[in-house]
Amino acid sequence: MLSRVAENLYWMARYLERAEDTARLVRVSRHLMLDFPGTATLGWSSLISISGADEIFDEYYTERDAANVLTFLCADRRYSGSILGALAAARENLRTTREVMPREVWEEVNRLFLECSEIFSGTIDLRRLDDFLRVVIRGCQALTGMLDGSLSDTPARTFCAVGGYLERADMITRILDVRSANLLPRTPDDLTPFENLQWMSVLKSLSAYQMYRQQVRLRVRGPDVVRFILLNPQFPRALYRCLNNLHRKLYTLPRATLACQRVTELLGMLATEDAASLADSPDRLHAFVDELQLGFSRVHEAIQGTWFAGVDSPAPVVAD
Amino acid sequence: MPKIDWNEYACEGLYDELLASAGKPRPAAQAVCDYLSSISTQEVRDLKTAAEVAIQVMGITFTVYSDGDMIDRAWPFDIMPRIIPSHEWAHVEAGLKQRVKALNLFIDDLYNEQRIIKDGVFPAELLEQSVNFRQQCVGIRPPGGIWAHICGSDLVRDKDGTIYVLEDNLRIPSGVSYMLENRNVSKRVMPELFQTGRILPVDDYPAQLYDMLAAMSPRQISEPNIVVLTPGIYNSAYYEHAFLAQQMGVDLVEGSDLIVGSDDCVYMRTIDGLVHVDVIYRRVDDLFIDPEVFNPESALGVPGVMRAWRKGNVTLCNAPGAGVADDKVVYAYVPEIIRYYLDADPILPNVPSYLCMREDDRNYVLANLDKLVVKPANESGGYGMLIGPHSSAEEQAKFAELIKANPRNYMAQPTLSLSVTPTLTDDAVEPRHVDLRPFILSSGTDTYVTTGGLTRVALVKGSLVVNSSQGGGSKDTWIVDTSGQGQVQGQGS
Repeated sequence: MLSRVAENLYWMARYLERAEDTARLVRVSRHLMLDFPGTATLGWSSLISISGADEIFDEYYTERDAANVLTFLCADRRYSGSILGALAAARENLRTTREVMPREVWEEVNRLFLECSEIFSGTIDLRRLDDFLRVVIRGCQALTGMLDGSLSDTPARTFCAVGGYLERADMITRILDVRSANLLPRTPDDLTPFENLQWMSVLKSLSAYQMYRQQVRLRVRGPDVVRFILLNPQFPRALYRCLNNLHRKLYTLPRATLACQRVTELLGMLATEDAASLADSPDRLHAFVDELQLGFSRVHEAIQGTWFAGVDSPAPVVAD
Repeated sequence: MPKIDWNEYACEGLYDELLASAGKPRPAAQAVCDYLSSISTQEVRDLKTAAEVAIQVMGITFTVYSDGDMIDRAWPFDIMPRIIPSHEWAHVEAGLKQRVKALNLFIDDLYNEQRIIKDGVFPAELLEQSVNFRQQCVGIRPPGGIWAHICGSDLVRDKDGTIYVLEDNLRIPSGVSYMLENRNVSKRVMPELFQTGRILPVDDYPAQLYDMLAAMSPRQISEPNIVVLTPGIYNSAYYEHAFLAQQMGVDLVEGSDLIVGSDDCVYMRTIDGLVHVDVIYRRVDDLFIDPEVFNPESALGVPGVMRAWRKGNVTLCNAPGAGVADDKVVYAYVPEIIRYYLDADPILPNVPSYLCMREDDRNYVLANLDKLVVKPANESGGYGMLIGPHSSAEEQAKFAELIKANPRNYMAQPTLSLSVTPTLTDDAVEPRHVDLRPFILSSGTDTYVTTGGLTRVALVKGSLVVNSSQGGGSKDTWIVDTSGQGQVQGQGS
């Protein structure tokens, strides 16, 4: 398989996952914010930071209010991490690799992008926000299903999966980071009445609430939630499972040693950290998430260097 | 129920491909004419709709630019086939093989000994002024002496039934995928007509193309690595590039997918590592193929690929520089070229041509601009032409200036009365002008000609412009086996 094709499929999958997860992030933040009206502005601001988009946001906007932040994250094509930007990028990546993809995948990506652009032309109508987020999440899930149901087990499928898992791992940690950021009051006294509520929101943003309740029968508590999201081996949006799947997929590719090793390092970090204690220490949680994200970058660099290599990083010549 | 009545079909004074005269189908076209007049006009329109749906479902498109936007348009197709009897086609096929053989010898000679110039058959100054002669190709001998591996020659038929070669496309001729897809659509829409077994198949082309490309490999290995090099999705023929790569089961690559190593071999970047490439079917123009040698701004090409080609480490199809022989002025010399290299008379005639560089010819052209078709030597796609009988006095004056300023760049031909064939219009069947582009594959040991080719049709009444970018359409081309039987059995009436 051509490196360019592999790279395009990888990015397509990453952008689709990003669109879906950003939609989840926005949804959970919005619901949280409704429960804490007094702290709203601070909260919206940290959403930009969590997305790692401070610089580009400040270039185009002055005020970090609800309307600006939501417009930026959902509909601003100038930011490739926005939902519409990510869908557009997924579509462009797929456009050049249509030949290797089942036709219905292209049609669905195309349809999803067009439908979403139609809902928002320019600014966000907050009344339609929930509709929009639902369309995005559902569309992305439909695509995941199509890829699973119609793409043969070839490197094409592997690179889609690899892109999806890596982006998902990244976004899981960002959603968790919502908890650690200045989104909520820090003093335990202020927090107590809402604690249960906000951890529930984190779970719900990952569609994890039901699965969590099935496994953890006690009332929702921070330490349990953090442990579940980081370490659960069964839940698809738990970090441990995600990285395990990523490792399993990478392992099937040629010359996968370096990339696999980078993932193993991340799994090692998960094993040594006392996950439960992170819940009570926003600063430590934030620092740990930062570390994980550096690890994700290293995985990406290994993938990039091994399989998408530019002229500068020569790959071995394959014997005939 | 109204039906098509061939007696009312108005083809008087024109050569019609399907009917000898109103109401009298030619033998090879008898079956299809009978069929179309046996069903109601509503059913004929249903066939048209079915074809349009098939084209949409199969995703057959071509790309046009409009106001800076790229639009994928559905391929324009007319369900009424163009039909040629097999005994006539055998003659055309022999003529095309002869022509392409001579052209390859000519190109090889121009880049090497230039015997044809030394012998005074071809004027040296023509070569000096040729914009498609590539100095970088001098002294190269590609495998088998073949430069134009894939040739698309445009044929037209005049009022008296003579088939002429109108031009040869030796650079990157396109359209063959549409020939194949038109057949797929026809089979879906009118399966009854194919059951007679008398319409010769066309689907062999991708296999023939693959075999030809494989035979050109510099390395004698059982499975040489072949790629199709495309300028990318914004090229108007991207559909065809993807189609051919898929049909041959080879990789469709862009310039950035290939690199030239320090060993001057070409490699393709894959997830397994670098894979040695033997043959590049390149659909990128000469001038963009290697920024080290030609246009340095080109991002479509592969730096160093000319170096690899000159060393014989990779075969480029078609070879760079092959376009020197599809210049419309060189065209006028093809009959002499055939005589010179093959010592034989041309089987297929050229359209009489006036070269504006010759004084007598030029004076004749300037005095008869209202009757002639004037063409620039190096444009394709029907651009920059003057069609005398349809032009205004201002246009003629403008062309007179252009010709005087740069006579080498222009040639003129009489306006042929192009043949017509029945074509479905909104509410009737009317004659429309057609041409034909067969494709010829040359490997040095073998020459293959497509069974028929791509028939292009000017959908606008009276128009002679068949290019799809300018309102032209296409038809399936049937070579009907006429051997053995004098009369093709009608059916369905």
